Amino acid sequence: MKRWWQRGILVLLLCGAVLLGWRLFVADRLHPANAAQRQAEAAKLRDPALVARGAYLATVGDCAACHTARGGRRYAGGRVLATPFGDLSTPNITPDPDTGIGRLRFADFWRALHQGRGRHGEPLYPVFSYTSFTRVTRDDAWAIFAYLKSLPPVRQPNREPALSFPYNVRSSLLAWRALYFRPGVYRPDPARSAEWNRGAYLVQGLGHCGECHTPRNAWGAMEEKRRLVGGSLPAQEWYAPGLGTQPGGGLAGWSGQDIVDLLKTGESSKGAAFGPMADVVRNSTQYMSDADLRAVATYLRALPARGPAPVPAAFARAAGHVQGGELYAQQCAACHGKQGEGVPGIYPPLDGNGAVTEPSAADAVRSVLLGGFAPTTVGDPRPYSMPPFAQQLSDDEVAAVVNYIRQSWSNRAGAVWPAEVGRLRHTPVD
Amino acid sequence: MRCLLALALLALQPAHAAAPAAVSGTPVPDTLQQRIAACTACHGIHGGGSSGSGFFPRLAGKPAAYLARQLADFQDGLRHYAPMEYTVRGLSPAYLREIADYFAAQQVPYARSPLPSLPARTLQRGEQLVMQGDPARGVPACSRCHGSQLTGVQPDIPGLVGLPCDYISAQLGAWRTHTRATVAPDCMAEVAGRLGPSDITAVAAWLSSRELPADMHAQPAGSVQPPLRCGVLAGNASGT
Repeated sequence: MKRWWQRGILVLLLCGAVLLGWRLFVADRLHPANAAQRQAEAAKLRDPALVARGAYLATVGDCAACHTARGGRRYAGGRVLATPFGDLSTPNITPDPDTGIGRLRFADFWRALHQGRGRHGEPLYPVFSYTSFTRVTRDDAWAIFAYLKSLPPVRQPNREPALSFPYNVRSSLLAWRALYFRPGVYRPDPARSAEWNRGAYLVQGLGHCGECHTPRNAWGAMEEKRRLVGGSLPAQEWYAPGLGTQPGGGLAGWSGQDIVDLLKTGESSKGAAFGPMADVVRNSTQYMSDADLRAVATYLRALPARGPAPVPAAFARAAGHVQGGELYAQQCAACHGKQGEGVPGIYPPLDGNGAVTEPSAADAVRSVLLGGFAPTTVGDPRPYSMPPFAQQLSDDEVAAVVNYIRQSWSNRAGAVWPAEVGRLRHTPVD
Repeated sequence: MRCLLALALLALQPAHAAAPAAVSGTPVPDTLQQRIAACTACHGIHGGGSSGSGFFPRLAGKPAAYLARQLADFQDGLRHYAPMEYTVRGLSPAYLREIADYFAAQQVPYARSPLPSLPARTLQRGEQLVMQGDPARGVPACSRCHGSQLTGVQPDIPGLVGLPCDYISAQLGAWRTHTRATVAPDCMAEVAGRLGPSDITAVAAWLSSRELPADMHAQPAGSVQPPLRCGVLAGNASGT
């Protein structure tokens, strides 16, 4: 008697499983209305004008930067992004049906971009910058999706995230989202010009500039009240300068043309793109239309003034100032000028350069250690470069020359210790 | 084609012809040499490399396509050395090719580097591997690809003579540990993997002790028939 009941329960469970499976995997495909919708969507996505607009928008959003592994096929994913919470490998966003987005529909794409949720409603890790992409309009999302669907499919399976506990429990994201994520398309400010609004839309949304240039709190969320005032790149040891052009901003004194020049060519009379920003210029901003670049400049120029940067309480010229000055004269002055004035468009000025005087000395130290080229762009196909000094200068010497640069002329930034130089010397470059 | 592109880009440079001057100094020379200070600081103005250990290898006179390939491999993460990977990461193929062409065209006298003192049988083993290979291990003679004079073959294959012992030894080690790799099929990785434990020392010592031929230029294209399929030679149909 007891066995009969047991068998009955087993049969019921099996029936349930089959029904569930049918519902999940078969019903959706058999439903005729769904099939019609699917065809209509596919037809819309093939519109060449939409695809072309999507190609431009995907470039502005620099989707390929994260979704392409070094030396890998474009958009096929596999680039490993290091975060303080663990490593995540980016997914394949080519339209391969099994390993890419081939089976996704627009509703799935929109759910990811706008709500930060995966195909089955699971919350996505915010290393995918949906905290910014949520501002993107539905029309633009259609265009980007059409472009991605038009790419040649690449078969490349995705890799699971390698996060440490408790971040590997996806539901832990629900609390984070409740605190730090507000979905919502960008809403134009009627009190501002169309150009300002376009700039705000690009900077806050698709350009996701704040993901680097806005500081993050201990839980990795952008501090919205301190938008674009500059921040450290998690796990990368670069500092993204503030983007304000008013006094106290990271781009203080930059004209609109300087901003446009840097984004278009990698160089301006005020500074050059280096480190991760060189990649952004090379892969993304150099291809932006002049109108969009001007809109970005208009928006950044209108960011609020923050008052003159406070001179650090501990400001006192570091002990090695004389030694630093000698090193500067020997190694740096020939290009950057005796007074740190630079050569416009070739060698960035160091006097009054926000990337030099920003709160962290990491960028200045790493620039001295690594040297390097400004990025190759259409506007500057053969950029000048700076020699690396890692092999030539000791930690003491690098600290001395960086302190000299950060504390000379009009510069009044904090000092860096040789031990910090030693640490940055061994920081991976990618 | 890439050469043409580089020339075309050169031709498009008049806007930059008069380089701005530093406020306090002389005008910045509008030359490639000036532009590539990041390269020449270590490798020398004419790509002579650092004398002695060869820690910064000589670039002068190496085949241009070989040099361009190395730059692309650093960019793609196939060949690993962080400072090089950082330096080349943002540069276009056309610019990398122009830089490769610059160093390929440099003529710098070859300097002899210090030789390790090794037993005669090690050098004999080295000579045997370089000139005859080791059929038992499936190791072809180096000369099969790198040319009868071991000065390399245009446009993709580098010379092996005139290099410091430490440099050759380090590179063969890097091929084995895959910190130096290139596009598949990676024939040098295969060959290095087949060498016995003491063979790297033997090969490096014999090659670096060899008298330099009067003509150190790479041999003309097509003068060798490589015995392995090599991804780096795919464009030249010389792989079999």
